Formats: sequence, structure tokens, C-alpha cells
Amino acid sequence: MNCDFCDQKATVFLTQLVEGQMKKVCLCESCAQEKGVTDPTGFSLADMLMSGTPTSAIVGTPAFIKPRGNNVKKCPNCGFSADDLNRVRRFGCSECFEVFRPEMELILRGMHQGIHHVGKVPKGYEEIHARDEKLEELRGRLESAIQTENYEDAAQLRDEIRRLETFQPSVTLP
Amino acid sequence: MMRFSTLIRHPADWMIGGSVDNAVVLTSRIRLARNLKLVPFPGWATAEQRRLAMEQMLPVIQDLRQMKDAFAQSLSGLTAVQKQVLVERHLISREHAARTEGSAAVIERRQSLSIMVNEEDHLRMQSIRSGLNLRVAFDALNEVDDELQQRLPFAFDRKLGYLTTCPTNLGTGLRASAMLHLPALVISDQIGQVLNAIGRMGLAVRGLYGEGTESLGNLYQISNQSTLGEAELKIIEHLERVIAHVAMHEANARLKLLEDEAVMLHDKMGRSFGILQHAWLIDSKEALNHLSVLRLGANLGFFPKETVRLCDTLLMEIQPAHLQLNVGMKLSPEQRDERRAQIIRQHLQNVPAPVKVSPQPKNLPFSDPPETPEL
Repeated sequence: MNCDFCDQKATVFLTQLVEGQMKKVCLCESCAQEKGVTDPTGFSLADMLMSGTPTSAIVGTPAFIKPRGNNVKKCPNCGFSADDLNRVRRFGCSECFEVFRPEMELILRGMHQGIHHVGKVPKGYEEIHARDEKLEELRGRLESAIQTENYEDAAQLRDEIRRLETFQPSVTLP
Repeated sequence: MMRFSTLIRHPADWMIGGSVDNAVVLTSRIRLARNLKLVPFPGWATAEQRRLAMEQMLPVIQDLRQMKDAFAQSLSGLTAVQKQVLVERHLISREHAARTEGSAAVIERRQSLSIMVNEEDHLRMQSIRSGLNLRVAFDALNEVDDELQQRLPFAFDRKLGYLTTCPTNLGTGLRASAMLHLPALVISDQIGQVLNAIGRMGLAVRGLYGEGTESLGNLYQISNQSTLGEAELKIIEHLERVIAHVAMHEANARLKLLEDEAVMLHDKMGRSFGILQHAWLIDSKEALNHLSVLRLGANLGFFPKETVRLCDTLLMEIQPAHLQLNVGMKLSPEQRDERRAQIIRQHLQNVPAPVKVSPQPKNLPFSDPPETPEL
């Protein structure tokens, strides 16, 4: 077995319970020294795994997401690929989260208290989010009304869309 | 704009306690990570994209009421020593200091608020207070966040919260931490047990200086690990409760040592005091460990109360970059040891030798706070 941090032969094997999840790490002599893994009682494995440096080390979840070849997804906004994600364990831009949403559950497993945000929400976010969803729905209905030549409904929908579009929420998002 | 030398001339209030009780908990720190929508994260962006993002964010940050007349500087405009000084003061991160073009730091005059532009995330903002004051630090930073949010399009997702480069920061993007001085728990050999208990509660503990488990100066940092699935205030309350509990343990361990081993303590005080007051060459490790003893002694009455403040000032001033900034030239490690010893002697010249302290009467002033977690 090789070291999770470099490719030398691993001689130190660690297992720790991190938030109910078994995490294992294999290290070679010199990496173990470097990470200060001499007294397993006093350091946190989670800390080491999350500390940023080259971590291909979470054995419970062998790769961050499906191995290369199977997953050829790429972020249309920034070009970040599944391979990049596996390599650096970080994301490229805000849109990557949309692209890799199906994999998020796996990525987040055992990492946090939960997998859904329950904290702060930007002021006005809910209001604007609701408006956008409503607009989307109305536009869809308008389209089908036009297609079925139901012009009376279409006119009504058009007015409603206009009204919503000009509606100023109490707080605007930048 | 504020000059570097002006910013750094005096230690900040939070570094030396001010009027706050910082006998055990020296400082409380809150960090929030935020990113711009659509703009590639700093680690994935091209140099040009980074520069553009910085130009979008910097004016908005400098416009903040809280950042009036702040120090604002592109990292390419700072020398290696200047950056290192900011790291030693915890005003920017080590990672940030390694960056140059396209990254910047904005630091408020009193050094209690700092914002890193294009660190690992587009924005890393932090607020620091002395003593155990996480809630106060959070409220201040939250206000800054609210204001920035009205002018910058932050990346936010309903399910994942604030989007961050690294998934370990998703959700609140909040890292709350406190720095604790725990000499009595170390001397009385209880530290391992306490650190283990903290680890089991899903919190991270690390020595502030030194590698791995070793902690120079008996200084430890405790912080939350989880940022997703809990609200900000819940994270902070939990952390604050655990820290208060650890601090109480330390305070009781100090009094117990005084009661049971007054002579051993007096001996330690005398030795550390002697070395610090008479050394002509001293490395960081030795200095930190003796200053830790002095700090404990000042709290227990072996030295005048103000000695705590002196120790805290010295903790900052004896670090390598601070020494070099202070003499205005690059110093070899040997020269630094000489200079360090000199600064310590100067600061301690008026401190009297440790006096005999008799144990306090039995009633311990520190009782359990309500609802303490199991340690």
C-alpha cells in the first residue's frame, strides 16, 4: 500500500471516527513525521484531511466522484471538469455546483453536520427567487397560449408578466 | 490611504487584551468566505480574471463605513517581510501571503477587521476581538457582509448556502475560532484528555505555534469544522459553550496547582523569569515557553497584573518578521536570537522577581456555567 500523500510505501496506518464516519489514512514515514502523526491522540484526522494540502486520502470515499472516463462532465461557465474536481477537490466557479449537483451528496458525506444550508440567506433572496419562478411559469403558459391561438389568455398573461417584471422587491440583489 | 508603518506601529487592542478578561481566552475570531457569482474562483481563474474580480470588489470594500481610512494594498505592493508581519498578526493567512498579482488585503485601522481579496475564495473576511467574544465579533462581521451583499453579487444556493471553492466551507462559510492559553492543563497533565474531548465534539484543536501535537507557549486554537447544516448562531453558541468550559477547567487547574504545588510553581516562575531577564541569545521556542510561564504567573499573582499585557505584546514582537521589521533589515536566525533576547530584556527590565503567593481560600471563583457539555 502506498502513502496517500506521496507515492512512497506506507508504513503508518490511521483510522479515526470523524462524525460517526470511519476515515482511514495511510502515510509513509516522512509524511507521517511531517503531518505530526506521532501521537494519534492529540491530532485530528479530519483536520489533516481538510487542511487543503494534497488530499487524495479519504479511503471511505475512494475518489471524490466517479473515476475518470465514466464522468466527462464539464462546467459550461468555467470549463472545470470531473477530473479537475477529483484532482484538486475544489470547485471552479459558482456554476460548477449546478453541474456536479448529483455528486454533491457523495462529496459532502460525513463532512458537515448536514447537507442542507439552514443559515443566513441574503436579504431579498427568497422574494426574488419566488418572483423568478413565477415568471418562468407564466412565460411557459404564455407560449402555449400563443401556440393554441388563445389570444385572450395570452394578453392577460402578457400583462401579468409585465407587472411582475417591473415589480421592485423591497430589497434588490446586485 | 493608510501607510503600512502606521497600521503596524501599535499592537491592536485585541492583541493585548485592553479591558477585557483574556487570562485564558486571548482572542476570538470569526471568518466568512464569500464568492462572486459566475466569476471563476481565484485558484481556477486566469490572472486577468483575478484582476478584474479584484477591481470589482476593492472599491466596494473600501467604500464600507467600517473601512474608512483603512489600509488597502495589493499584495504585489508589499515586501516579503511586510506580508509576513501581517501573517504573524493574523491579519492575513499564510496562503494569502504567498499570493502576489491580483490579490489584495484591506485592513481596518484598529486591525479588528480585515478582508482578503482573492485568497482561496474571492473574499475572506475576518473580525477579531479579545477575550471570549465570538458573538460580538460575528455581529460586526455580519453587518459588513450585509452591506457587501447589497453591492456585490454573491454566489448563493438555496440548498448549499454560500458557495465556496472548497466544499469544507459550504453553507455558512463560517469559521469561528478562539485562541486559548492552557499552561495549567499542560502542567497538570490533563491537556490530552481535554483535547480529545474537544475533538470528539466535532471541533478542531491545534497548537498555535509548532508542528503537529506540539504547542509552543501552551497556546491552542479551537474552531468549528462543520459549516453546513447548522445556522451561524448555533455554531457560535456551541463553540462558545465548549470554550467557556475549557477555560473554566484551566482556571480551576491554575488554582489547584497553586494550592497543591505552590513551591514548584514559584520555582518555575523564578527560572523562567531569570532566563528571560538575562538571556542574550534566545530562540522562538524557548522564548515562547518561558513567556507562557510568566503569563501564568502574572495571572496567579507572582508578578504584577500588567505583566500579562507585556507578555502578549512580546508574543507578537518576538516573531521573526516583526524582529526584522523592527530593525529594518534582514536578520539571520542567530541575529534574530540576539535581537529577540534584547527586546525581551528591555520589556521585562522593570518587572520585579516573583513574589511568594499563598493559595486562595477554598471557594473557587469559577463555577460551572449552565448546561456545560461533557468533557
